[in-house]
Amino acid sequence: MTAPVRIVDTTLRDGSHAMAHRFTEQHVRDTVRALDEAGVSLVEVTHGDGLGGSTFNYGFSLVDERTLIAAAVEEALQARIAVLLLPGLGTVTDLRAAADLGAGAVRIATHCTEADVSVQHFTAARELGLETVGFLMLSHMAEPEMLAKQARIMADAGCQCVYVVDSAGALILEDASDRVAALVAELGDDAQVGYHGHQNLSFGVANSVLAHRAGARQIDGSLVALGAGAGNSPTEVLAATFERLGVETGVDKDALMDAADNVVKPFITRLPVMDRSSIVQGFAGVYSSFLLHAERAAERYGVPAHEILYRVGERRYVGGQEDMIIDIALELVEEKKNVAGA
Amino acid sequence: MTTPRAVAAIVGPGNIGTDLLAKLQRSDLVDVRYMVGVDPASEGLARAEALGVEASAGGVDWLLERDEMPDLVFDATSAKAHLAAAPRYAEAGIRAIDLTPAATGPFTCPVVHPPERLEVPNVNMITCGGQATIPIVHAVSSVTDVPYAEIVASVSSRSAGPGTRANIDEFTETTARGIEVVGGARRGKAVIIINPMEPPMIMRDTVFCAIDPDADRAAVAQSIHDTVRRVQEYVPGYTLKAEPQFDDPRPDWNGRARVGVFLEVAGGGDYLPAYAGNLDIMTAAAARVGELMAERLLDPNSGPEKKAVHA
Repeated sequence: MTAPVRIVDTTLRDGSHAMAHRFTEQHVRDTVRALDEAGVSLVEVTHGDGLGGSTFNYGFSLVDERTLIAAAVEEALQARIAVLLLPGLGTVTDLRAAADLGAGAVRIATHCTEADVSVQHFTAARELGLETVGFLMLSHMAEPEMLAKQARIMADAGCQCVYVVDSAGALILEDASDRVAALVAELGDDAQVGYHGHQNLSFGVANSVLAHRAGARQIDGSLVALGAGAGNSPTEVLAATFERLGVETGVDKDALMDAADNVVKPFITRLPVMDRSSIVQGFAGVYSSFLLHAERAAERYGVPAHEILYRVGERRYVGGQEDMIIDIALELVEEKKNVAGA
Repeated sequence: MTTPRAVAAIVGPGNIGTDLLAKLQRSDLVDVRYMVGVDPASEGLARAEALGVEASAGGVDWLLERDEMPDLVFDATSAKAHLAAAPRYAEAGIRAIDLTPAATGPFTCPVVHPPERLEVPNVNMITCGGQATIPIVHAVSSVTDVPYAEIVASVSSRSAGPGTRANIDEFTETTARGIEVVGGARRGKAVIIINPMEPPMIMRDTVFCAIDPDADRAAVAQSIHDTVRRVQEYVPGYTLKAEPQFDDPRPDWNGRARVGVFLEVAGGGDYLPAYAGNLDIMTAAAARVGELMAERLLDPNSGPEKKAVHA
């Protein structure tokens, strides 16, 4: 019999990027209620960049994330509410506050080669009695064996499920399943393995299927694909696909399709789309949430967003270095001036 | 010609202590007489000895038994070790410059604080990101009200040591407090990013300050440029990557405009590699503070206009 998979929804966290962090309490209540009724057991609600992400660099939240987390906790009858934390940005103090509001899980995200910065936060999360998940972001930047070693650091620190996170939507088929398989081989029964995909090159769902076949037992999705870059693997498509494959998910695909069409689609400000900029992100390996920031810098400085993003990829900037988008835009302005003047 | 110099000890012969020694060996004001550790096998102690510095693995006990006690001690150990040693230095009348996160003494940034401010037994050097960014926050807040300031420090993976990694919250929280207490912002926020690219990236720092839409932008920009020049006196590789960027209020900025400052911090490459500007600016700032203290110890009437020679 095929092993079951847990579908985890991140509409209200990764989707925060696509919404420029403008979720209202009503958006959160309606979405959590729909996901909860559809049987989703873990629902992530936080600023797109995690606890404490409301800043100039990442965008200020319209509504304080603590208000949104509390509202989500109120609406969820069976689902557990998860929060995201990026060490270096969010702190244990932020995590305690989220736990006090009723969050039952934390997903702690580091760059794929820097897992040791999360030990402090996993230790605190376990002390708080939270379910723990680890995110190895921009997983395409590390080879499978390297990634597995980093996963081991998280598992030893108390992480119960380590994710291969394709933050740039850059993994293509075996790129994803080889990484998942390496983590499964390393972790054995010590921790589960998860997969988080983006649609920049359109492989979110296909990679998720291969990830499951390679042993991943938790898979992320977002309703209507709402998320950074060209969006995430759509939760409703994951549910339908796994059901067709005979993989038990515990969720109601029709309820999720209904939630996508009738709850989320009406309030979102832009439909996730594979446009030039997001395809470049997948191609060049750029952190998906850089998209809106690159578009804004493009408008402010009159240089194309895709040129900025190509250069971000060349420089190998990692998640959190959104400030470098402005830096590159200024560089491009300077270069164009020099060419014009030559 | 030799002029009198303040006698100093460096406690903690690791990378930071060794780089600090290299800088202070050029100083006309500070004479590092002792390098102190706890591990007889320490390479740092051997390096110091080779440079003609009396080195011992006997720890603080050994240091406090010297016939000639130091005037200054630079502590590059750990918060825990400094907390234990600080009262002993104070009792012995030794001024301590604390490079650890212990922060028993007031936060100190050499371009912000007047030398009179250094007349305390113990000063703390905040964090690397703090030394790189707080001068800029202060440059803005000395011209116009700063209700909120935020900094993003990007450092190379190779320059982020095990201490920083084990307690990265200490960096974000201490730097945020420094932005408020020393930088003069009403609320501070700090972010650190560790980037593993090879060859390693040179430290980058970005400072965003919320300002009034009608603030005098030319005066703010001038103040930033002046401050950068003053930091360059002790960290020559401290540079603006672009002119300060002023942005008009956006809907999510609560009516505030923003100034953004994009910095690169290349180290002097004394002992630490040049990309590790984050470590260099700590040792350079500590050396600067040590010289300012030494100057006043040697000549209590020296005024703030008399400049220490260091870089």
